[in-house]
Amino acid sequence: MNAATQPRPQPQTPRDEAYNFAYLDEQTKRMIRRGLLKAVAIPGYQVPFGGREMPLPYGWGTGGMQLTAAILGAEDVLKVIDQGADDTTNAVSIRRFFARTAGVATTERTPEATIIQTRHRIPETPLHADQIMVYQVPIPEPLRFIEPSETETRTMHALNDYGVMHVKLYEDIATFGHIATAYAYPVTVDERYVMDPSPIPKFDNPKLDMSSALMLFGAGREKRLYAVPPFTRVTSLDFEDHPFEVQKWEHSCAICGSHDSFLDELILDDQGTQSFVCSDTDYCAQRVSQGRAGQ
Amino acid sequence: MNAAQQIDRDAVSDRTQPLLKVRGLTKLYGPEKGCQDVSFELYPGEVLGIVGESGSGKSTLLSLLSGRCPPDSGVIDYRLADTHKSAGQWLDLYSASEAERRTLLRTEWGFVEQNPRDGLRMAVSAGANIGERLMAQGVRNYQALRAAGLDWLNQVEIDPARIDDLPRTFSGGMQQRLQIARNLVSGPRLVFMDEPTGGLDVSVQARLLDLMRGLVRELDLAVVIVTHDLAVARLLADRLMVMRRSHVVETGLTDQILDDPQHPYSQLLVSSVLQP
Repeated sequence: MNAATQPRPQPQTPRDEAYNFAYLDEQTKRMIRRGLLKAVAIPGYQVPFGGREMPLPYGWGTGGMQLTAAILGAEDVLKVIDQGADDTTNAVSIRRFFARTAGVATTERTPEATIIQTRHRIPETPLHADQIMVYQVPIPEPLRFIEPSETETRTMHALNDYGVMHVKLYEDIATFGHIATAYAYPVTVDERYVMDPSPIPKFDNPKLDMSSALMLFGAGREKRLYAVPPFTRVTSLDFEDHPFEVQKWEHSCAICGSHDSFLDELILDDQGTQSFVCSDTDYCAQRVSQGRAGQ
Repeated sequence: MNAAQQIDRDAVSDRTQPLLKVRGLTKLYGPEKGCQDVSFELYPGEVLGIVGESGSGKSTLLSLLSGRCPPDSGVIDYRLADTHKSAGQWLDLYSASEAERRTLLRTEWGFVEQNPRDGLRMAVSAGANIGERLMAQGVRNYQALRAAGLDWLNQVEIDPARIDDLPRTFSGGMQQRLQIARNLVSGPRLVFMDEPTGGLDVSVQARLLDLMRGLVRELDLAVVIVTHDLAVARLLADRLMVMRRSHVVETGLTDQILDDPQHPYSQLLVSSVLQP
């Protein structure tokens, strides 16, 4: 419980009083919280909500931002990551947005944060029970690729009719010899609803299972939200003779030397020299500060 | 009495009991549009042909029977298979839940669409199309799915080497045969077919009919087949129902109706076939 023992980060910027706290009006935030209660009560079930216009385009995290705005309190410490990094444009902008409209403290340190908004990664540092993950989801419907009709997919969810989910995995094995789906890998939540865990790499799927943190998912364009409550069984779909596997790398991180984190490939020059570094920048920086180094 | 005799006796009683009992089935979209007051019984292994002109209600009747569209009135009772937990019980199709109807449609029943594009998933390979029903029933072994795919491609006379090809690269006749394979892979007891040979040229039709006749006899399927082609009916069906303006005007054995039609409309229908 680092958040409790360490001094809480103080807000860096004062709140802009021209906006309501966290940008959205109070009625909207209540509406989203009602949706979230329902989503937590039915793990993995997609709850429709009245998505609002946000001051940035769809696909940039509007769903996640609305959820964050709805659950944000003045005491919260916010961390935003994009592709695992804290310093990319999207992450910096969203962090600054909430620092200005809600006046909350922000951090890049995973253990210090109480709310972590993310698109592509779950932090490598294990989460604890005081934390809430908020995911930005582009396509919430895992059945969409095989069944374009919305009414039909809802019926399939309602009737637990998920046979077609394995058709995609079958196609992968038939085409590539193994399950080639590397991100947005479908999972079954609490042995009932099949859920798209947003575009996280399948490397992060095992972190969803029995996690002590609350996971909230928001899709702004499709106006859906869903949730995985703490300590919920989350299993990735697979075949008996082609079990679920996560990505592995032969390399270790060039900066911190980590062997078991998710690595990004960097091309260093025109000759195609590769280098691999941790995708989670905070995890990497913490390891370096503890005196670990790569080659 | 030993076990073999017991099984024999069960098999006999299975065949002497109807599979499907239909009473007073009515669905009208307008006066004499749709079908009304249809009653019949279908036995295991029996092929029932429904013939009639366009708009006579054949397809409406088929979609009522296959659980796709609730009737205005009338009852459809289906006898569940022995493997089912409520073995030998009668299921009233439209008082059952939608989940039960769906389970039935992908396990004990099959539906062969007139246009294979409606019945196949065009975006996934032939093997995945055949395996889908098995996956829906909980088969989670890739090798088993693969083996079933190869076996069924063989049975419907498609080169097994094409298991990973998309259905859109198949000819019309092959697509239709793939659709049949996809339906039969789960070992259904009852298959609905809506003009399965429509839109195919005559030689492909003949080959498909030959295949279907073989499979129906071999697998002991009960079939309800809708067709406007009397030659198809003659070849496949044991029994015929002639429909006209939403009514069943005549029923009987296929040969009896085609050789000695009683109702004026049946006579017209039979006499209108061109003799080359």
